[in-house]
Amino acid sequence: MPDKLQQLIDTFQMFDPADRTSMLLSYADQFKEVPASIATRPFPKSHQIPQCESDAYAWAQRHRDGTLKLYFAVENPSGISAKALAAILDKTLSGLPASEIATINADIVEKLFRQNISMGKGIGLMSMVQAVQALAKAASQDKS
Amino acid sequence: MATPIEQRGYAHPEALVSTDWVEQHRNDPNVRLVESNEDTLLYSSGHVPGAVHVDWTSDLNDQLRRDYITREGFEALMSRIGATKDTTVVFYGDKNNWWACYAFWVFQLFGHTNAKVMDGGRVKWLKENRALSRDVPSYAKTQYKAPERHDLPHRAYRDDVFAHLKKQGQLVDVRSPEEYAGTRMHMPDYPNEGALRGGHIPGAKSIPWAKAINPDDGTFKPADELKKLYCEDNKLSPSKETVAYCRIGERSSHTWFALKYLLGFENVRNYDGSWTEWGNMVNVPIEK
Repeated sequence: MPDKLQQLIDTFQMFDPADRTSMLLSYADQFKEVPASIATRPFPKSHQIPQCESDAYAWAQRHRDGTLKLYFAVENPSGISAKALAAILDKTLSGLPASEIATINADIVEKLFRQNISMGKGIGLMSMVQAVQALAKAASQDKS
Repeated sequence: MATPIEQRGYAHPEALVSTDWVEQHRNDPNVRLVESNEDTLLYSSGHVPGAVHVDWTSDLNDQLRRDYITREGFEALMSRIGATKDTTVVFYGDKNNWWACYAFWVFQLFGHTNAKVMDGGRVKWLKENRALSRDVPSYAKTQYKAPERHDLPHRAYRDDVFAHLKKQGQLVDVRSPEEYAGTRMHMPDYPNEGALRGGHIPGAKSIPWAKAINPDDGTFKPADELKKLYCEDNKLSPSKETVAYCRIGERSSHTWFALKYLLGFENVRNYDGSWTEWGNMVNVPIEK
């Protein structure tokens, strides 16, 4: 697990439910949509996160040093949880080597969201983590 | 712009209120606004000022069994939101009021008939650029004495559906056409929440829930359009027993509300076990 993400999870574990909700909202507020230099609407289906009811998309831009910058789009304006998770993934993983990002596990969703999650939404958010993991794996195998 | 509710020809127009009505009554101490959403973070991100949050999973469902809260749980919930028997509870939420109708429906299991739904829900409120607040209001706790939960008039269990099938009763499948046809086992872009078989309950009419609303603002269509949809095109009779179902009972709560309150169907129940129960049961009839 990348250090920054682990530290964030550790912080979340210390919070009570109200504080955890505030933290998640704070991340949702910091969400930044993918810039036009990376992708424009209509976003390609190949970047759509499957099973995510918030109509979310993910991209990974590989830098020459092998690190990645993650980008997301969340088309559902009510997709607050998806925006929160996207912002968390960007802030804790962007700038890390692809091979390190590829080590993340979908169980972080339960650790971060706890009571703020229903079964269906949990699967969708885990799918977002898996999409990032897949992008990172593909980038780490790309030697170009 | 939607026709005023009182001019739409509904059987029980008092069950539906406009965003204007909510704006005018949101400080009324006899009115309690309740937001119920799919995304549990959404309320905290901003809600109608003065509204309380009722979460479908943690507030309305039993935390162990697949069932709803008991009388004691409902009394505690009503006490928490500061509601008495005389409080008019107005529900609204995301997803075109799926969860608002679901919460409204659960409240009917406890006989809190002094309840309404805000037409168009959260999306209409936002489209009209009305105020949102992140302040969580606090209301004085009440002593609410609820009756025991009475499921029979509003809720169908699987055995009721079997009996209904034998009588060739009216069944409405409100899921997407793909779910009805069994080509997918969940809503488009939604995760599969665990049905092992696809298809529909034999004899069910496919009437997706969204046909009851205007897609631009989520408001309910007027009664004549709803009558055409349900009674003419799909030959449902308002005087016959009707059971609606979907995946877990949320979308069918929306249709249940439309049939019961807007069209005046006399006996309509929501089968909340829905496809996640039926599609997993052993040796039950399924059509594709």
